[in-house]
Amino acid sequence: MDLKRMGNQTVVFANPPVILSSYSVVGPKEGQGPLGQTFNHIWKDGLHGERSWEVAESKMLLEAMKGAVKDAQVPEDKIDFILAGDLLNQIISSSFAARQMGLPFIGLYGACSTMALSMAVGSMLIDGGFARHVLAGVSSHHDTAERQFRSPTEQGTQRAMSAQWTVTGAGSVVLGGSGAGPRITSATIGRIVDYAESDVNNMGAAMAPAVADTILNHLHDLHRQASDYDLIISGDLGSVGLALAAEVLKQSGINMGTSFTDCGIMIFDASQDVHAGASGCGCSSVVFAGEIMKRIKAGELKRVLLVGSGALHSSTSSLQGESIPGIGHAVVIEA
Amino acid sequence: MFDMIIPAFIVGGAICVIGQILMDLTKPSFTPAHVLVTFVVGGAILGALGLYEPLIKIGGAGATIPLSGFGYSLAKGATEAVGKRGIMGAFSGGVEATAVGIAAAVFFGYVMAVTFRPKG
Repeated sequence: MDLKRMGNQTVVFANPPVILSSYSVVGPKEGQGPLGQTFNHIWKDGLHGERSWEVAESKMLLEAMKGAVKDAQVPEDKIDFILAGDLLNQIISSSFAARQMGLPFIGLYGACSTMALSMAVGSMLIDGGFARHVLAGVSSHHDTAERQFRSPTEQGTQRAMSAQWTVTGAGSVVLGGSGAGPRITSATIGRIVDYAESDVNNMGAAMAPAVADTILNHLHDLHRQASDYDLIISGDLGSVGLALAAEVLKQSGINMGTSFTDCGIMIFDASQDVHAGASGCGCSSVVFAGEIMKRIKAGELKRVLLVGSGALHSSTSSLQGESIPGIGHAVVIEA
Repeated sequence: MFDMIIPAFIVGGAICVIGQILMDLTKPSFTPAHVLVTFVVGGAILGALGLYEPLIKIGGAGATIPLSGFGYSLAKGATEAVGKRGIMGAFSGGVEATAVGIAAAVFFGYVMAVTFRPKG
């Protein structure tokens, strides 16, 4: 059997899996942002009538996953795996949402990189012949993330200018072995890179070297240039991290040009007072499920590299003064 | 009335500016929790040295309401109680002097929690 690998970290799919559908649900702040028109459902408030933000986040993910399944027109019994993850301890949003689905469930944790990670692993399952369809979904919620990683929102703690705003949103895609739609042609699984950044209010800087490392390895593994892509989009470095990643790549001799951007920069505009942009699993998932899928389907983008970036610390490790291990996972989506 | 409000605003504002400068110049190591502890301890030390009393004379509530005022009350209460009851007063006096503030924080915190059911 031919190994479907190229270089050190990249897998190339023999029968590239198809993205049959995508679905996004977001909170009101995201809905008011520049990509507001691209989301399937905008909640009027972050609680959505639930008794806690955690329950609301799980409901949001469930809604996104059910929406993706419905749009894909695939009967639920033909979905062989759910791959899902979120930011909360023990990924409760995902397991509580999967509880309602009654399908085999694999929980993933890649922090904000989980969308790209779930698409990469899901594609491997399909191309490997282990699944007919895979449902991939992730979520994050501003208020649940603030509680877990930072301070109680009632405390009104000042946010650093380098801090990113966790997106309230859930995005989901259905992947299949055949059908019409954009295809995932290859994926590069990242390795942990840690430049000893320990400031949880500057996660973009913590993740930027990992994203740069994955992009470098991806281009090297596939013998490609940055210009081979219509869009290289990280999710989510924010403005501080994106500039740093571009700088690291430039030092390695790679000019990213103007097609290099970041989901965390696109989802909010300057007037929304989010400082260095957005973050959270939900951010790259809803930007991909909405804006990016729309532009691929419209023929504007032929080949996109989505690089999910994750900060793999915990609130305990940060309090104990550990630095933040960063990771980047990349998937190539072609029209 | 303004002869009270303006000095209170200036003294209280100046104390807050110190906290903001500490945070802005030392990020990320200096968190709001560090400001809290520094101000309480700082107020207690200034109070013990007799340097906080003049600030209260000038600024009134501008000096007593910030956390440094809490530290000052702790030190003052402890000092007075030592005079009355000996060394045990060092342990009881501070809490006695700040009992109103502590009880009010617990009471209003509880009332707010019951009324608004905060979720954060």
